[in-house]
Amino acid sequence: MTSRLKKILLGEQGLVVIFIVAFALVSLLVPNFLTDRNMLGLLQSVVTVGIVACTMMFCLAARDFDLSVGSIVAFAGMVAVMASNATGSILLGLIAAITCGAIVGWVNGVVIAKFRINALITTLATMQIVRGFALISSDGRAVGINSPDFYQLALSKLLGIPTPIWVLAVLFAIFGFVLNSTVFGKNTLAIGGNPEASRLAGVNVDRTRIWIFTLQGVVCGIAGILLASRITSGQPNAAVGLELSVISACVLGGVSLAGGRATMPGVIVGVLIMGIAENAMNLLNIPAFYQYIVRGVILLLAVLLDNLRSSALGRR
Amino acid sequence: MSFLEFSNITKTYPGVKALSDVSFGVEKGAVHGLMGENGAGKSTLIKILSGDQHADAGEISIDGKVQAYASTRNAFDNGVIVIHQELQLVPELSVAENLSLGRFPASAGVIARRRMLDDVGAKLKSAGIDIDMRRKVKTLSIGERQMVEIAKAVMLDARVIALDEPTSSLSSRESEILFKLIGRLRGEGKVIIYVSHRLDEVFRLCDSLTVLRDGKLAAHHQSLKDVTRDQVVAEMVGREISDIWGFRPRRTGEVRLKVDNLSGARLRTPASFEARAGEIVGFFGLIGAGRSELMRLVFGADPRSGGTITVDGKAVAAASPHDAIRAGIVLCSEDRKHDGTIQGRSIEENINISSRRHHTRFGVLSRTSEITTAETFIKKLKVRTPSRKQDIVNLSGGNQQKVILGRWLSEQNIRVLIVDEPTRGIDVGAKSEIYELLYQLAEEGMAIVIVSSELPEVMGICDRILVMCGGRISAELARDQFAEKAILAAALPDKKTPDAIAS
Repeated sequence: MTSRLKKILLGEQGLVVIFIVAFALVSLLVPNFLTDRNMLGLLQSVVTVGIVACTMMFCLAARDFDLSVGSIVAFAGMVAVMASNATGSILLGLIAAITCGAIVGWVNGVVIAKFRINALITTLATMQIVRGFALISSDGRAVGINSPDFYQLALSKLLGIPTPIWVLAVLFAIFGFVLNSTVFGKNTLAIGGNPEASRLAGVNVDRTRIWIFTLQGVVCGIAGILLASRITSGQPNAAVGLELSVISACVLGGVSLAGGRATMPGVIVGVLIMGIAENAMNLLNIPAFYQYIVRGVILLLAVLLDNLRSSALGRR
Repeated sequence: MSFLEFSNITKTYPGVKALSDVSFGVEKGAVHGLMGENGAGKSTLIKILSGDQHADAGEISIDGKVQAYASTRNAFDNGVIVIHQELQLVPELSVAENLSLGRFPASAGVIARRRMLDDVGAKLKSAGIDIDMRRKVKTLSIGERQMVEIAKAVMLDARVIALDEPTSSLSSRESEILFKLIGRLRGEGKVIIYVSHRLDEVFRLCDSLTVLRDGKLAAHHQSLKDVTRDQVVAEMVGREISDIWGFRPRRTGEVRLKVDNLSGARLRTPASFEARAGEIVGFFGLIGAGRSELMRLVFGADPRSGGTITVDGKAVAAASPHDAIRAGIVLCSEDRKHDGTIQGRSIEENINISSRRHHTRFGVLSRTSEITTAETFIKKLKVRTPSRKQDIVNLSGGNQQKVILGRWLSEQNIRVLIVDEPTRGIDVGAKSEIYELLYQLAEEGMAIVIVSSELPEVMGICDRILVMCGGRISAELARDQFAEKAILAAALPDKKTPDAIAS
């Protein structure tokens, strides 16, 4: 009995099982959880984490790490708002934000891949530098949005579902496809699984890593724009601690920190588990202070699960 | 001019001349052996061939064309494939994906999966390699992984295939499959460079042979017809080694180690054995027979689920290696790199790491005592190094093994020494030094247990052999009963054709 339970929990589908059980439990126990409004709210709340998790998955799968995502999201949001205020064109603002995200990501990638600086240290540095940029650009204050059209990015709906959720779904689909069906995706998994083998097989390891970080920057740019639109302003202090939620979600989703292992369905489930936990706690009026503890415990359990799963695989 | 020609290859690393002026040629459709002690320059030569390193001087030409590689990718494109000792596969990817890595068939970056499977399938079939290409590599055995590595070479229509110690972790049956495949590749006119320490294999497989010593060409044999093994050994070490085992009978004393019905999660069948003071007991078996698992249980490295261990009549708790060491049992693990050496640290630290607690006064480490210990064992074990401060990774495999032995010997009161594959990947010269050391330790009264997959080795140096098969001890033979066939028969799970493998 216990061994069968173990098999299910540690197997490929273990996470999905946990997710379904958690979802069912929360639906039964928490009032107002399983309503259309709350479901949409839940999805809205995981948009930022979910979008960034798409590329964080690649980063972790290649045995890298990116702590700078929270800062990039805030900075890109500031850039989007300030550039569209200044030019009067929302499109230019969006392009500027995504470009800035891409540049920061590219710098991360080049420093990590070409100069061989540890990814943790590099992105710890850029995390602070970019946060500094965000604060300097507005002198530490929030910047309001001039054009009401900008709000529409987050407020508009298609088939009754808000645009950001569509964006999230499309990105999930795109990056799931990229991971499994493209040369770039397979190379990413190969680099994380065995860097030396990949290099010897002729994979351009440096270029792949630079691309991963650049994509990460682009995606943070998109997340930053949507976040700014939702909070109706550019906030230099937005998305503090985002990197930890994103990495937690990925690890929860079965992405191995040792590299080489990642699946999009896993990450989606990971993101949703984080979202459900937070949502349920809000519905139950659990004070924010306790939520930190719960989030920490969830992360710890996730890593423990990852560890158990790896050793179960190793034994096979 | 031969098909593959090395001319005047020279390579210097900081402080070491790895290769100096090495020249030789290999013909098409030949298996060419490359032998030499560790540090003789074989690996460097192979790295230069693969484009991983650049020669300071000299050139390699294939089919009359001089090769100039900027990277390993270039070497691939020129049909040169090196299969390294540590297999270069990605565990999470499938066989087909591994075989296509670096050159996926794709349009606009999207992998054409059907085409990939067709290509790989066709190549595998034509090479006669039977493996399910959809399986993930992590689910394959080591032997199967080796096949995948070779399939890589086949995939690329390699002209030159270099194999670095390919059989070091294969069972004899898996080796047979490998040899067949090599024969087939030779028939197709490939050049195969076969790097190995094993004389038997080289003499069986190779058409020609090059021996390197200290980075120089020691000998080149166009044919192995009139060459004797002793001659090749002499060429490798630069001196005659008449009997590499150098077995010396000893007097054995009381039972030192007694293992009774020991079992654990990875060793279900309880195992019992004993070893006397001054005795060298060998454990032979195929890879996966349970030998290492049993030793790890004795050493407390894995939790034991039942049974007892006594040393000199006293029960050992052996809940952890710490307890085992206190009781006088030490284990030199088979995986030197993973479980043995502490890379990036000096020889001195690697020796002292375990016995450090003996070098303290009021809790403070005594530097002089540590230095003396290190110096003593470097001298006693003949570790070849310029200084005790040398990083252990810079030593050859044989010398690393000596440092690890030194680590355990610096422990006081060692009664039982367990060595798991102590000579794997070690050259002949260092091997006989390690055997000599084991005899000395036995003479001093230690009980020695040696796990080895090399039958000649256990037959050469042990007083008694225990054979394991499928997780149980299947036979026990005293020295006067040693017979190759009987031992192999006991080691094979299905009792099939020991003759085929012995031959």
